[in-house]
Amino acid sequence: MPELKGWKEIPIGGLIVEPGNSKQYKTGTWRVMRPVYQPENCIHCMQCWLYCPDQAIVVEIVDGKPKMRGYNYYYCKGCGLCANVCPKSTDPKTKQPAPEDKRAIVMKPETEFAEE
Amino acid sequence: MPLKQAITGAEAIAYAMKQINPDVVAAYPITPQTPVVEYFAKYVADGVVDTEMIPVESEHSAMSAVVGAAAAGARAFTATASVGLALMHEVVFIAASLRLPIVMAVANRALSGPINIHCDHSDAMAERDSGWIQLWAENAQEAYDFTVMAYRIAEHPDVRLPVMVNFDGFIISHGVEVVETLDDDVVKNFVGKPIKMYPLLDTSKPVTYGPLDLYDYYFEHKRQQIEAMRHVPRVFKEVAEEFAKISGRKYDLLDEFMVDDAEYIMVALGSTAGTIKHTIKELRAEGKKVGLVKPWVFRPFVKSEFQRVLNARKGVVVLDRSASFGAEAPLYEAVKSALYEVAVRPQMGSYVYGLGGRDITPEHIRQAFEDAFKGNLIADEERYLGLRE
Repeated sequence: MPELKGWKEIPIGGLIVEPGNSKQYKTGTWRVMRPVYQPENCIHCMQCWLYCPDQAIVVEIVDGKPKMRGYNYYYCKGCGLCANVCPKSTDPKTKQPAPEDKRAIVMKPETEFAEE
Repeated sequence: MPLKQAITGAEAIAYAMKQINPDVVAAYPITPQTPVVEYFAKYVADGVVDTEMIPVESEHSAMSAVVGAAAAGARAFTATASVGLALMHEVVFIAASLRLPIVMAVANRALSGPINIHCDHSDAMAERDSGWIQLWAENAQEAYDFTVMAYRIAEHPDVRLPVMVNFDGFIISHGVEVVETLDDDVVKNFVGKPIKMYPLLDTSKPVTYGPLDLYDYYFEHKRQQIEAMRHVPRVFKEVAEEFAKISGRKYDLLDEFMVDDAEYIMVALGSTAGTIKHTIKELRAEGKKVGLVKPWVFRPFVKSEFQRVLNARKGVVVLDRSASFGAEAPLYEAVKSALYEVAVRPQMGSYVYGLGGRDITPEHIRQAFEDAFKGNLIADEERYLGLRE
């Protein structure tokens, strides 16, 4: 994950001289709300992975099956789609938002993580 | 053998471009630039150049077309004047920002309004912070010479900036003078093959021109442009030195005329320098120690050169052929700022003249010098030559 480069290190004229470099673009700095993963509640349904527009969900394959392993905050813009589609965000009985401690993904203000 | 021809400044520039044989010329007619491209179009029609000529629907398109051509790796040229340059404005900045070595001849003409077709410098001055190198010709010979030199400066790997060759509308563009042109082969060898950097047409090395550039990198790219301008004085001197070898004509950042023992120095751009030189000779015959500094290179504005020449003179009189409404005239402002740090600051005076093609005569020049002789220069006052009160 490269740091921002100085003016002497980049091509002139704002040219992009190599393909595929949007990988280096740190969209994580745009984030206002941060999705926080609570693995004890996760059922590994992969809905978050399917919907994430930035491929920021970290997945590990265990015994041929995908397991949610949290976020790549370098890319995560904090859009909250993952928390929105997560089945654990809804209480199955009341169909109301689940209490925070029962959810697999909780959206928290980025300011709470300012130290990191 | 060099050839002496009686031609206009417009034809001189077109003749230089014929010898350079650019890949692409895109232009839109506007007085008094039109004859440049008219003459060049004849070369295209006669098949003496290989140029792809693109007649476009506006100056905005003309500059856009040469931007595209230059990005593709072509040697591209355009010419314009006045409101045509103003219509290009957006793309003028893009050409410099994308670091494209385009050459553009500007037949300096007053900006509207009211509409006026005659010479002043308001068109080029409105582009002085666009990132283009600005060369200023005094006559058709200099217009020819700068056109021959321009690509060498623009394409230099340490520069990669577009060059504007300024020549006074009508006075230079339409006035017939004797111009000494070089042989085709000599110009061809001097200009050489285009030095290409990141050409779009090199499909083995794909590049992207003009992507979105936000607060994380835009500033760094502007800093690169600032740096490129800092290389221009050195590169200009190198190219000028080489040009002197093929032409016998020596250029520098400033044209210094009778300055060695001068107590009073006038500073002016373009064709008026010819009238000033004439007047200086008359004043010298009367025993006055006067001289002229004519910037051949106005952008970059090389402060150290002005400091070297103007330090400790009794008086410096700056003539501007454009106004900056509500502020000091552009050349005066720059010269005055350059002299802030000199050891012995001269008296300074600002004179605006010739707007909309108003004639400037030796009497006007004398009048400004007389103010200087009397010690009657006021640094914060703007005066006007040839204006009815």
